[in-house]
Amino acid sequence: MRDLLHLAWRYLAYHRAKTVVLVLSIALILYVPIGLRVLVRQARAELASRAASTPLILGAKGSPLELVLKVLYAGRQDPPLMRYGEAERVAKSGLAQAIPLYIRYRAQGDPIIGTTLDYFAFRGLRIAEGRQMTRLGDCVAGAEVARRRGLRPQDAVVSSAENLFDVGGAYPLKMRLTGILAPTGTPDDRVIFADLKTTWVIEGLAHGHQDLSRPEAAAGVLARKGANVIGNASVVEYNEVTDDNIASFHFHGDPAAYPITAVIALPRDEKAATLLMGRYEGAAAAHQILRPIEVIEDLLRTVLAVEKFVVAALALVGATTLATATLVFLLSLRLRRREMETLVKLGASRGRIAALVASEIAGVVGAAAVLAALFTWATAAAGANLLRRFLIE
Amino acid sequence: MIRICDLDFAYPNGPFRLRLPELQLPRGTHAAFIGPSGSGKTTLLFLLGGVLTPRAGHIWAGELEITALEEASRRDFRLRRIGMVFQEFELIEYLTVRDNILLPYRLCRRLRLNGAVVRRAEALAEKVALGDKLDRFVDCLSFGERQRVGLCRALVIEPELVLADEPTAGLDPASKALVVEALLGYARSSGATLVMVTHDGDLLPHFDQVIDLGSFQEAKP
Repeated sequence: MRDLLHLAWRYLAYHRAKTVVLVLSIALILYVPIGLRVLVRQARAELASRAASTPLILGAKGSPLELVLKVLYAGRQDPPLMRYGEAERVAKSGLAQAIPLYIRYRAQGDPIIGTTLDYFAFRGLRIAEGRQMTRLGDCVAGAEVARRRGLRPQDAVVSSAENLFDVGGAYPLKMRLTGILAPTGTPDDRVIFADLKTTWVIEGLAHGHQDLSRPEAAAGVLARKGANVIGNASVVEYNEVTDDNIASFHFHGDPAAYPITAVIALPRDEKAATLLMGRYEGAAAAHQILRPIEVIEDLLRTVLAVEKFVVAALALVGATTLATATLVFLLSLRLRRREMETLVKLGASRGRIAALVASEIAGVVGAAAVLAALFTWATAAAGANLLRRFLIE
Repeated sequence: MIRICDLDFAYPNGPFRLRLPELQLPRGTHAAFIGPSGSGKTTLLFLLGGVLTPRAGHIWAGELEITALEEASRRDFRLRRIGMVFQEFELIEYLTVRDNILLPYRLCRRLRLNGAVVRRAEALAEKVALGDKLDRFVDCLSFGERQRVGLCRALVIEPELVLADEPTAGLDPASKALVVEALLGYARSSGATLVMVTHDGDLLPHFDQVIDLGSFQEAKP
């Protein structure tokens, strides 16, 4: 057997271009459906577990999928915003604990989630290094963000400008990183958390500036009308919250009208969940309340339908490729007729020659199987990233 | 001893017919088959080697009747005991010189490929000036070098019968001398029987027996 394998190896190595093409073709035919299946299974597991652990999501009317992906994965698509007052209304109803989320801004591409400390308790997030955020302008980083960007507690994290050409847009805010979360293997590893109010500061709804009542700020005063002081453009606005200037930060307007992306509602029990959902039913309602698992299952049904279609198409392509590979083998056998005759003249039996050709085929199929297994392993290893990139972001 | 008795052979689709009432080649003989093209020299060589089977008649190699053997046994006999040198080399293009020489050992389960065999192959290659080309593919070799590879492949099994079909055809004088010297040298040193088909009259003095298949008369050199 070793002798035949040696001869087969020599043949395959000598015709390496043909061998490589055959191996790659067969490897791809084996890999694509298996890799797809692995990816779909990972998608199901990843999406379903995250969704199942989130009971209810309340958001403005719009695409349910967009809203759920935004809340669960901080996806790039921005669903319509809702008012913070709705979160207070849910909390006051006593039916559920409300965790508001404002997911709009980014810091060098990493999403900033504005929320409350309840979110950390709800997701079981633990500080691994440093401490929890305690005041306006503080933030904590997910483990992967910190590792990738080399962040340590007390480093600064600067939010990204929304639009370089919008002079009235959100200005970058330099935030103080107080802690780094322990890795969880969930999307929370890839975000930066700040207090909800901090994200409103980024938006410009709250701000801090020079105290115009102080004599050194006189140059910034445009007019005084009773107790009101009107500043001019020279008034220094703070782009960082420090212990010295934190007292100057203040909100304009009613926080209940401030924007948030969604509310995670943690109902007391199933009855409370049903009652809460009932409140947001009807076409006229400005909000939607969703069970994420149902939305994700809808998505998975679509993914599975697509997978079936793709696998069916691949079966056809696979059959064609295998037929072509068979044809290549048969044609090469015709071309090798003289070689076979030589082997017979020397004394090789037909069985020995058939075994030699079989060894060559086994070599090609074996190499293709190994390659397909490597591809599948790589897909399984990179599956979470691929999913995030193609399905969520 | 090679012995032929009442041999009758014809190809299935052709007018050619070879009839040979009797022929004897004692063990250790160096015999040459001569005759015009189409007289059946190569056919007789292939009949002796068991590559072809006659319609009638008998061929013996020593006590063994080749024509009575099953096909599998005939192949096995050919692989292990007959060294065949072909006019068109019959080398395998994807194998190196070394692998081509050792090919019989890869094809026959009863031949054991070991270090001694490899050394013998290398020594043979050295003898015919191929020692530095053992790891080259045969398509990189000259005409004469390829024939020498075929020769080494025939001799590596240390056969008791060597059948060579015009091994010097088309070779330059240097290659011809190397091939003839290697064949005769092996036959002399091992006591093997050598049968060579040739058109080269200059070679005939080297042979004990010259058989003219054109007139089918046994002639003395």
